[in-house]
Amino acid sequence: MKQRTPFREAMLTFRRTPLLSALSVASIGFSLFTVGLFALVALNFRKALDTLAERVEVVAFVLRGTPTEAISQATQDIQAFPEVLSVSYVTSDEALSRARRELVEFREAYQELEVNPLPPSFEIRLQPTFRDAAHAQAVAERLRGFPFIEDVRYGRDWVERLDKIRNIAAAVGLVIGFAFAAVAVVIIGVTIRITVLQRAKEIAIMRLVGATNGYIRGPFLIEGAIKGVLGGALAVVMSWLMFSVFQRTIGDTGTTLAFFRAPEIILILVFGTTIGLGGSIMSVGRQLKNV
Amino acid sequence: MIRFNHVSKSYPNGVVGLTDVTFHIPKGQFVFLTGHSGAGKSSILSLIFAEQRPTEGDVRVSGYQIAKLTSKEIPRLRRRLGVVFQDFRLLEYRTIEENVAFALEVTGARREGIPNRVMRVLTQVGLASKARAYPKELSGGEQQRVAIARALVNDPHILIADEPTGNLDERATRGIFQLLREINAGGTVVVMATHNMDLVHDTGYRTIELRGGRIVYDSAVDVPEGTP
Repeated sequence: MKQRTPFREAMLTFRRTPLLSALSVASIGFSLFTVGLFALVALNFRKALDTLAERVEVVAFVLRGTPTEAISQATQDIQAFPEVLSVSYVTSDEALSRARRELVEFREAYQELEVNPLPPSFEIRLQPTFRDAAHAQAVAERLRGFPFIEDVRYGRDWVERLDKIRNIAAAVGLVIGFAFAAVAVVIIGVTIRITVLQRAKEIAIMRLVGATNGYIRGPFLIEGAIKGVLGGALAVVMSWLMFSVFQRTIGDTGTTLAFFRAPEIILILVFGTTIGLGGSIMSVGRQLKNV
Repeated sequence: MIRFNHVSKSYPNGVVGLTDVTFHIPKGQFVFLTGHSGAGKSSILSLIFAEQRPTEGDVRVSGYQIAKLTSKEIPRLRRRLGVVFQDFRLLEYRTIEENVAFALEVTGARREGIPNRVMRVLTQVGLASKARAYPKELSGGEQQRVAIARALVNDPHILIADEPTGNLDERATRGIFQLLREINAGGTVVVMATHNMDLVHDTGYRTIELRGGRIVYDSAVDVPEGTP
């Protein structure tokens, strides 16, 4: 005679009702899959915005004739700003040769110049978390404090527009993501409730022979957690398949799409497990109140 | 052992289950609860094993006051009771021995001792040879014996039987009744609700008759009709 343990009982349920168990896992999987797909879209959209944000750069034009010592001291000072990722000093000559190289349509005009009209400058790239209008503005103000800085530019309108898009994307993502997650929680809750109701008789018998609530809950919680983690794994696999198909369909566009990394995959599995566990706790709790 | 003191029970839908019921069942007694369907037999039994709580009055079972039981005390009380139903209430996907062992496992009994105790009660009910069978492979009478074995395995002070022979033929009924008598002879209180008046009349056991939720006759205190 095999001894009953909560884990063995949970496993027994999978063997006894394979179809219902498979349906539960599938329904949890599909629910999390919709959340996962949305998360993938949001992830790639955010990645695209981050790529755009990489172009946020503050350029400070320096007065000609500024001593080299002042330039190197300023370089060190600017590098010490918390918002700054890197700072590079571009001399007038470097600026001109770059303009000749990059601005092909003006190449002839640049060739004919007798005097270099381009001033030297500091090109400052910001840390990823500071690539917004407010921080770019703050850095620009600080740069204006140097006496040899003639002008500071950072594409204000463009950065402010990027900020707006980011804020709207974050708000829409939060609302839709929450709605998707809420729907998933409801579907998973109903699925688990069905499996608990299917075993209502067993729960009633357990109560009848003197089982404590904790003893009755044990196998259900393990079962819910296993179904949750399996459903989460199924969602990750389905998302990956969909991602691969999509990538193959759009072909090589020059940009690489991002899939979930290990921490995000773990998050999906933990989310599935938590919902499976939570759904079981609530469903069994309600059932225990009824018997 | 069991004491009902002016107990009334009404349900949320307005149905009155019991009205002013008072009786006492001492240690070792065998008691029949009789009456038509809806007379209140099942209400009394469900109050005894704390499935319900009284609306008024006091119910005490094995020292527990039912109205004041906490959720932790309910399992403790039920481990002192054995309960048998008309529909057996066995777990179909477990073998006979697993069904019986289940009642021990939930109490946290020592695992090493479980197989011996299970075989002891299965022998007592005459089903030791079918320990590995599943409920569906047994007759109705045999399934009820398994239910009784499950009720007995914790050595209960009280055995409650709600129409235990209701689904059985005459021969199986006699067999189950004989088993309950033997259990009672061992000192266990047996409270049996039944429609089967033949069983009641053939024995000299105490009979409590209910009608409309009230006790209309108790052989322990009343003189039967027709007695001079």
